[in-house]
Formats: sequence, C-alpha cells, structure tokens
Amino acid sequence: MKKSVLASAVAATAIAAAGMASAQTLQQVQDRGVLNCGVNTGLVGFAAPNAEGEWEGFDVAVCRAVAAAVLGDPSSVEFVSTTGKTRFTALASGEVDMVSRNTTWTFTRDNDLKFEFVGINYYDGQGFMVPRALGVSSATELDGATVCIQTGTTTELNLADFFRANNMNYDPVPIETNAEAQQQYLAGACDVYTTDMSGLAATRATFEAPGDHVLLPEVISKEPLGPLVRHGDNEWGDIVRWTLNGLIAAEEYGITSANIDELAQGTNNPEINRMLGTEGNFGEILGLESDWLVNALKAGGNYGEIFERHIGESTPIGLARGLNAQWTDGGLMYSPPFR
Amino acid sequence: MSSTVEPPREQFRLSMLLNDTRYRSYTFQVIALFLLILFMAFLGWNLVRNLADLGQDISFAFLGEPAGYDINQRPIPYNNQDSHLRAAFVGVLNTLIVAFLGCVTATILGTIAGVLRLSNNWLVAKLMAAYVEAFRNVPVLIWILIIFFIMTAALPAPSAFRGADPDQTMLFGAMAATNRGVYVPEPVLGPGGWLFVAVFLASVAGVFAYRRFATKLLYDTGRDLPRGWPSLAILVVPSLVVWLLFSLTAGSAQNALLVPEGAGGQTLEDYVMAEGGATLCLVDGASSSTVAKTALLRLQAAARSGPVDDRVNLNIRTNRVESRAAAVAAFEEGQCNLLAVPQEAAANIAAGATLETQLREGRPIEWDKPYLSGFNFSDGVQVRGSLIALWFALAIYTGAFIAENVRAGIQAIPRGQTEAAASLGLRPGRIMNLVILPQALRIIIPPVISQYLNLTKNSSLAIAVGYMDVTGTLGGITLNQTGRAIESILMLMLFYLIISLSISAVMNVFNNAVRLKER
Ligand SMILES: N[C@@H](CCC(=O)N[C@@H](CS)C(=O)NCC(=O)O)C(=O)O
Repeated sequence: MKKSVLASAVAATAIAAAGMASAQTLQQVQDRGVLNCGVNTGLVGFAAPNAEGEWEGFDVAVCRAVAAAVLGDPSSVEFVSTTGKTRFTALASGEVDMVSRNTTWTFTRDNDLKFEFVGINYYDGQGFMVPRALGVSSATELDGATVCIQTGTTTELNLADFFRANNMNYDPVPIETNAEAQQQYLAGACDVYTTDMSGLAATRATFEAPGDHVLLPEVISKEPLGPLVRHGDNEWGDIVRWTLNGLIAAEEYGITSANIDELAQGTNNPEINRMLGTEGNFGEILGLESDWLVNALKAGGNYGEIFERHIGESTPIGLARGLNAQWTDGGLMYSPPFR
Repeated sequence: MSSTVEPPREQFRLSMLLNDTRYRSYTFQVIALFLLILFMAFLGWNLVRNLADLGQDISFAFLGEPAGYDINQRPIPYNNQDSHLRAAFVGVLNTLIVAFLGCVTATILGTIAGVLRLSNNWLVAKLMAAYVEAFRNVPVLIWILIIFFIMTAALPAPSAFRGADPDQTMLFGAMAATNRGVYVPEPVLGPGGWLFVAVFLASVAGVFAYRRFATKLLYDTGRDLPRGWPSLAILVVPSLVVWLLFSLTAGSAQNALLVPEGAGGQTLEDYVMAEGGATLCLVDGASSSTVAKTALLRLQAAARSGPVDDRVNLNIRTNRVESRAAAVAAFEEGQCNLLAVPQEAAANIAAGATLETQLREGRPIEWDKPYLSGFNFSDGVQVRGSLIALWFALAIYTGAFIAENVRAGIQAIPRGQTEAAASLGLRPGRIMNLVILPQALRIIIPPVISQYLNLTKNSSLAIAVGYMDVTGTLGGITLNQTGRAIESILMLMLFYLIISLSISAVMNVFNNAVRLKER
C-alpha cells in the first residue's frame, strides 16, 4: 500500500532523524504527561473503543495500569491503534512507548527486531474458525480451503507450517485488520478464519449468530501474548514488567480494587506491604512514587479482575481461565516475588 | 593599421562570482547543491548511527532466507520454503501483470470515452462527461474498495455451486463468477495445437501485411483492392484448414478408458453412475485427459438435470500428474479409478480393464474446465477477485484521465483541418483516422505516458484488497517478518524507479516514431 510505504519511509527517516530514545522513556513520558500505548485497531474484549469512545479491554487495561503507575492517572494514555504490520514500526520509531496488542513473544521479535517482551498476560494458541454449515470437524480436513489471515502476524507463518507439515494445500487471503477479516469471512470469501484462539472467541462473540460458527479443536501453535517495549531502555522495561507482575501478584495475594484502600494502610503481610509501598522503597527503586502499584491496581483491579471484566466467562467472549489461571490454581500465571 | 580594436581581455576576479550575473546563478546553485549533499549525508549518518544504537545494521542477507509465507497468486512456481528474493520476484510479476492489464484497459476505455465526449449526440457526450468527472474526482483507493466489496457481497461463494440441486450453475458449464474470483477454462494444446496457434498468429500478421500492401498499391498505382473479405479470408481459412485436418486425423484417434479390474466392458456412463462418480488421473497438458474430464463433467451435469427427485450428485475428482508414466503408476496404486490411454498402451498395462466407451485424442485446442472440488473450484484459470477489483478500478480511474488527454489532443487540432478535409470529400471516419488522429497523437502521447506511470504506482494500493504485488510481498510481509524496513523500502523504491523509467523509455521511443518529422 502506498500509504504504508510512505509510513515506513517516514518511520525510517524518523529513526534516522530523531535523537535516540534509549534510556529516557520514563523521563519523556513524565514530561509529556501522557503514555503513548500501541493497541489493536479493534478487537472487542482486548482493545476497542466503547460506546463513549473510551478505549477498554484486556490489553488496554495493561496500558492504563502502566499510566497509573507512572503518572498516577489511568486516563493519561494516548491509544494508538496499530495493525499487525504497523505495530513494530510504531514502537521502533518511538511513536509509542509500549505495545500491548495480542502480540506473540517470539525469538526473532525479541532478538532480530530488537524488542523486549516484559512478560506474558495471555497464554494463547492459534486456532481455526469455520461456519458450522461447512461440516468440518478437524483442521486436517481443510485441504484446499481458502483461509483468511492477518498479515504481519505469526499466524501466517504458523499456517504455512501447519499445512506443509500435513501435506495439504490452501489459498491464503491476506488481510490487514480483524474487522476486514470478519467481513470477508462472513461474506464467504474465505472458508476459514485463523488467528489466536482468544481473538477467534472475541470475533465470534460479535457475530449476529455466534452459534453458526465453530472453533476447531486443533491448536497449532503456542502464542504467549504480552506487552513489549524497545530494546535498550532497561529502566522503562522494568517499570512495565513489574507493573504487569504487580497485577498478577495482587490476584495471588488477594489484593482487589475493593480492599486496596484498606490494605494500603498497612498489613501484617510484608510482601503486600512492599508491593503497596508501606514497607521498603520499591517505588523509588523504579524511579516512581511509593504508591505506584496502588495506583496501578486502582486503575482496573488485579489481573483476575481485569480478565473477568473484559474476556472472562461472564462476558460474551466467555474465555475460561485455563492456562491463564494463577499457578496456585493449576495455571501458568506466576509472578516473581516482590523482594 | 588594424581597424579592429582588441577588446580588453577580461580578467576573472573572484568577486565576479557574486557581482556578475553570468556567474551568480552558478554560485548559488553550487552552494545549494553543497548544502543538499550535506543534509543528505547528515541524514544518512544519523540513520547508520541510530541503527547501530538499536543494534541493527544494513544487510541484504535476509533475501536468501526462506520466506516462510504463502502467496495466493503465483505466476511462477513458489512455495513457502523459497527465499524472500523469490517472494519479492513473485510480487514484481504480480505488479507487472496488473499494471499491464490496467494500462491496456485504461487506454481502450480512455480513447473511447475521450472521442465520444466530443460526440454530437448530447446524451453520449454528457454520459462520458459524467464518467470522467465521477471517476477523476474520487480517490482510486475508494474505487478499489468499492469494486472489491461489491464483488464479495454480491457474488455467490463457491459452495453455492455444490450439490445435486445447487443454487448456482456455471455459465455454459465452463465459467463461474464467485466472490473469490472468476474461474474460466484453460486452453490445452492437442494434436497440431502448436501449429494451429502458429498459423493463426501468422494469419494475423498476414492481414496486416495485406492491408499495407493494398495501401501502397493504392498510393502507387491508384488501384483500390478490396480489404474486407480478403482480410477475413486470410484470417480464417488457413486456421480452419489446420483445425479440421488435425481434428479428423490424429485428433480423432480413439483412446481406451482404463478402470479397475472387474468394472470393464460397460459404458462410461454406467460405470460412473454405478460408482457414484470417478477419480480421473489427469496428465497435465494432455488433451486426451482433458477430453475424458470434459466427458465426466458432462455426465455430472446431466445427472443434475431433470426432475429434482431423480437428480444425482456425481462426485468427480481429478488427480493431476506430470506424465503418462506417473499416471499409470498412480492408477496401479489405486489413487484414481479412471485413466485415458492409447489403445496399444492399454494392452500393456496389467492392472485394470477397459470400458466399452472410447474417447478421441482431442482437437488442436481443448478447454480444461474449472469444476467444484472440495472447498473451491479446481483447474481452469482463476482470475482472483482482488486482481479484478484492482485491475478494473485502476483502469476506469486512469481511463478517465486518459479520456481528458485524448479530448484535449483532438480539440487542439484546429477546426480548419476538419473543414479542409471535409471539403476534399473525406467521410467523417476517414477525417478522424487520416487527418485528426495522426496529428492529435503527438499531443496525446506525452501526458498518457505519465498516466501509465501513475497507474503503475497506484497499483501499490493492492494490499488494500489482499492482492500480493511487490508492495505486499517485499514491502509487506517480508518487511514485517524480517524487520528489514530500510533494505526492503530501498529495494522497493529501486523497483518502482526502474519500472517507471522503463515505461517512459518505451513510450518515448513510440512518441519519437509518431512525432512531427521536421526535414
Ligand atoms: N499473536 C499474533 C497475532 C496477533 C493478531 O494480529 N491478532 C489479531 C486477532 S487475535 C488482532 O489482534 N486483530 C485486531 C486488529 O486487527 O486490530 C502475533 O502476534 O502475530
């Protein structure tokens, strides 16, 4: 697309012309008074503007928590919607300070594209959605199918691998955003839509008749999704990482938005006290106020609360905790200790 | 004594660089150039330094690595294990395909609209004016999306063609328009196929040669030869002779149909009805296989017609193989249950029996028809929906501009020319062809060159509809998956530069050929 060539060229020049942003992100964000956060173009439950035009969702909540920790105000966030293609350029060029957009932590993104994944907020895998009327019950029956995929994602590479490994053919229809993919899929221009399972569930929830579509049982990849920042500014990376860890640990220790004011007065659990700033100087070590995590937790509650509110079983998206339960409940969510 | 006075030899002084108007402009240009170079060098240096800070360098080594992604429209063989360079090349070819189709169509549309806009017929002229204004004034991206969305929303999905009583039937049993694209038959050359094509092309050349000769004769001797029917005869007769000759000789040689042991002796129809379908081993590019497939598809269509209750859905499949030996091997392995082979060969194949029905070898050109198998249509040629949307949108958009160029070119020829030609007794058509257009062409061509360039560059909007041009492969997926933005964009810029310069060069040669020759 001509526009994106231009955008990339501008980004390239921006890399060329801008003074390097390494090691000063915190300062820049504080001076600006606003956190620039890269999110989806719109995926209900993860990141989408609500009826009032306010961004909300599971990924958006991470941005808000970081903004609250750094600036004390969860609404001081400028959301920049990015596609699978533009998210990395946006981060590399400094247009955004962090990305929280269903992004899979992979070797090349970490080491070759030079980004730093600060953790994992959703353990996911790639799946397939087909219309029920197609009568397909397994991904191995998809030989010859036309498949809608978002470009610039791990999805398109996994898909190629999966079909090659199973010695099947397919016809890829590359698409830029989830909204377009949905339109094409519903019009029958492709037989199958493939992306992360969570994305499929979120997309299906917005259909008029969600029951007419099935998710196939095969999960063909590991997609650990998490927020990311640029390589080279470890201080900033640490802030985002420990904000996320704080959200996860808070669930483990039972810190919720309901009892946080009370717990912030001080408790007899030293770990909670260290997290909430009544003991030790963890905020200062990060270069933040001592109540940084209190603010972050007040923004949207702990990890479990955020999950339930946006994508949990009580929402139309209806995702079970599964792998994303706390380690104490047999899941993989496990924050390193605040010590 | 000499009458001329030697003018004093002018000394060049440094101050003249500023004070003397002859030198001043050079001075400023040199300074400007110097500043520009300095600025570029600064940007380049900054880029390299910042990339180094990010821990990145500029390297094209990624081009050799496996691309890892698939491309839907492949003019050359490509799979996801091929290199990024090959993926980029596939993209380049796709760009060239849509640019070529677009330029040709835009020229035809533009010429017609441009000429008709000057028509004396009020309605025609206004219609063309409306076309030009509507298309010139709406961005081309919008047109691309409109056409694409109309196609996906209005046309049926391939599944609508499925079953014994489908919602949709194929046009002439050979073409299908779906929301994934239009499927048309693919020509397969049979016996004498090449000769037929060669003779036909020679006939086309012959028609031109004949008309040239007739014109020359007319100018030289004043004798006017008829043009219409001899042209037609030159075009049709030789091809027809070749066609009939081969159809009746080598083409009508009978082939045996091989089926598994025990099923022999019956007719093809009985066999297929008994089996509920057939899987044909289809030798790529062999007309005998195409004939067998056509026969199967005809049976399938017949089984679907008639009263709804009696309809049967025959399950026809093909198993494509490279050669006849491979087909025989596949047949013996049971990968298909039908195979067309020459009678002599049938005797040598141990496994299987032959049917009573025999089929001919094929005419010089047989049509390999698309048919629904599984999720999609197989065989034939698929003109993808994304290609159609991009091609049509670019063509009608650019056509509107070309129409204006054509109109301007024609209107630039003074009316006196038309009147003078008319007073010589020339008919309006001849006035246009012999007097106006040759002169107008000189004015029309240069702006049309830049329209071609525009169209080619606009084709980079392809990704909006998922057409995998070079911006989609090299500048899209490759750039994204490797993160090599600067390298990819540089290569992309180089490609568009080369292609633009080539188009200009070719068109300039053409322009020189029609230019006013001053002697
Ligand atoms: N996890 C994959 C895929 C990410 C992705 O593109 N996900 C889709 C669906 S889950 C999405 O977020 N789309 C929203 C949009 O188009 O903005 C990756 O990181 O490459």
